[in-house]
Amino acid sequence: MRRFAYHEPKTLEEASRLLVDLGENAHVLAGGTDLFVEIRERLRDVSDVVNIKNIPGMTDITWDPAVGLTFGALVTARQLETLPGVQRTYPNFAEALRLLASIQVRNRATVVGNLCRASPSADTIPPLIADGAIIHIYTPKGMRRMPLAEFFTGPGRTRLERGDIATGIVIPAPAPDSGRIYLKHGRRKAMELATVGVAVSLDRDGDTCTNARIALGAVGPTVLRASAAEALLKGRKITDELIAQVGAQAMAECTPISNVRASAEYRRSMVGVLTRRAVKTAMEATQ
Amino acid sequence: MKQIVELTINGDPQSLAVEGHRSLLDTLREEAGLTGTKKGCDVGDCGACTVIVDGQPVNACLMLAVEAQGRNVETVEGMQQSIDILHPLQDAFMRHGASQCGFCTPGILMMARKLIEENPDPSDDEIRFGLSGNICRCTGYTKIFDAVRSAAAEIRAVRAQEETV
Repeated sequence: MRRFAYHEPKTLEEASRLLVDLGENAHVLAGGTDLFVEIRERLRDVSDVVNIKNIPGMTDITWDPAVGLTFGALVTARQLETLPGVQRTYPNFAEALRLLASIQVRNRATVVGNLCRASPSADTIPPLIADGAIIHIYTPKGMRRMPLAEFFTGPGRTRLERGDIATGIVIPAPAPDSGRIYLKHGRRKAMELATVGVAVSLDRDGDTCTNARIALGAVGPTVLRASAAEALLKGRKITDELIAQVGAQAMAECTPISNVRASAEYRRSMVGVLTRRAVKTAMEATQ
Repeated sequence: MKQIVELTINGDPQSLAVEGHRSLLDTLREEAGLTGTKKGCDVGDCGACTVIVDGQPVNACLMLAVEAQGRNVETVEGMQQSIDILHPLQDAFMRHGASQCGFCTPGILMMARKLIEENPDPSDDEIRFGLSGNICRCTGYTKIFDAVRSAAAEIRAVRAQEETV
């Protein structure tokens, strides 16, 4: 591996100060499964690696029926994936975790790291946005919290400023009558980046949808909310005609590009298919 | 600047002097002299460098040696029970011809060992899911899955026998 200086701060304050003092080529190490690849493949100039794993207070996973699921920045994807409570309560998130890279990678990779990497195709982002997750951030001026939907500003870019460190996530507890799903479309099952990912989380009253969030992955510079498609669902009785309209609206709202994995036309078409399928399944899902 | 990393490798406490940027993989192969763990892609895609750290399989290429401070690392060299007794998985790989060039084999053995420990009777889908982070470019996987199924059956039989004794 290319050389870098290695730091092991013991507190968030110390880590934050290091990141400010060392400048833009200092990077946070949590899981390392993206950072070390970027260093080896020379995708990123890294002079300093700031390992935050020895900072206490970021390894907990807690559940509170009033608050929801809270987990720290050092919790691995595999830890969450294998928790029965996560599989039961957030099957959309559990599915996204199962489909992320490989078990070996998930044993190191952190979910918060996957979020901070801010790939438009990151599997964990759509279900967390659809469930209204909140990200907690240490800043030199104090703690901040922000809806995850507002965290991303572009491919690989977030609202984190130099010296800021994301410390954890809260996923609100689901409403009693609700359904949620994440559908990933790729060319193969394992070690695959999403060609398109669609997450739908909705609240129900019988066969009426009372609230809906739709998040579209890999079809824009960030994961997108399909707000107009969500509005079509809200307060309406779900019929096949409505589901078709919602699919068409999601297709209109996404902004895919063509690349090595798929053409823009194909991606847009799959947004329609997956959104229809996801709405239907989320309306029927019992949990 | 080198720092001393104290860790346990296959049951032996070791103290290795390494620089902060060195991967666990390079350190195992060069400083510890354990070349059974292979370097394939070096970016976490192929699984050839799979080792078990504190009970969890990881890609040794995606971990720094300094992160292994105080940890228990298991590599393919620690699989054999003795010089003449192979692990049932190693034996099954030989009997089924599950290795061709053999480069992926150490990583797959480590991953399969963990899979069978957690789930002694895995379905075909569970074997595929468990080994989906390990790439083999020779066998087409069929003989690997045969060997894992066969070793799992053998391990179950030995356990059943131990329980009745």
